[in-house]
Amino acid sequence: MRAENYVTLEFLSRSSNEGFARMAAAAFAAQLDPTLDELGDIKTAVSEAVTNAIVHAYPDRIGKIVMKMKILSDNVLELTIRDWGCGIENVQQARQPLFTTGGEERSGMGFTIMESFTDRLTVKSAPMKGTSVTMRKRISQRITSRR
Amino acid sequence: MEIKVTNENRCAEIRLIGELDHHGAKGLMAKIEREIEGLLPLQLVLDFSGVTFMDSSGIAVVLRTKQRMKELGGTVKLRKITAQPKRVFEAAGISRIVEME
Ligand SMILES: Nc1ncnc2c1ncn2[C@@H]1O[C@H](COP(=O)(O)OP(=O)(O)OP(=O)(O)O)[C@@H](O)[C@H]1O
Ligand SMILES: [Mg+2]
Repeated sequence: MRAENYVTLEFLSRSSNEGFARMAAAAFAAQLDPTLDELGDIKTAVSEAVTNAIVHAYPDRIGKIVMKMKILSDNVLELTIRDWGCGIENVQQARQPLFTTGGEERSGMGFTIMESFTDRLTVKSAPMKGTSVTMRKRISQRITSRR
Repeated sequence: MEIKVTNENRCAEIRLIGELDHHGAKGLMAKIEREIEGLLPLQLVLDFSGVTFMDSSGIAVVLRTKQRMKELGGTVKLRKITAQPKRVFEAAGISRIVEME
């Protein structure tokens, strides 16, 4: 699908960028006139993916994260969060609710939340090469909206 | 993240203020544990009215707090949860295991 608009952001895996990344995604999504709930879902999903890159992909170093935000036809928002970190051995297992390698500080619910707050979640990963998470969400067209 | 603590008759309330993400939650669990160990409440209420954003980092904090309270023979309850954190709790099925009002 050809993008009608896009923005690409590159940032370091510092935890202070978590808030920045979700605000940037919300600001980009604003052109689709989302409801408050939809905006909250977008922010939450981005927060999960970016936090995973910060916490899991680069556990003991600072690395590069790229977030691509796209608007596709039919009011669809596509977000891709990519890292060049340690990668995921078994993606299917990682996506299971409660599965975590993060110990007590994590709950293993990140992928479950991304899945339930978006329409489609694709995870591509290779050990030692990195991970790319793509989420698509269709924003409801409100009859009263002006665009 | 900032917390505000009140305590009366071994019923403690901790108000959480700020964004409860991985960045904001750093040090939060240690703070909550210090309060629990100092006050030894029978009931702990976590007041979410000041939480402006929450992701799965908040779920881990709530589950660990519940576990700590259980070990000490107490209970935990969440109060005044705003819309966005509520959706996260619901997606994760936490509403079924932790009391919320
Ligand atoms: N970008 C990534 N790089 C490497 N491993 C990852 C990445 N994202 C996820 N993982 C792996 O997948 C597991 C599950 O991720 P998920 O986000 O569902 O849970 P979590 O991060 O462990 O806990 P939570 O998100 O609830 O705090 C992680 O514990 C980690 O092992
Ligand atoms: Mg996660």
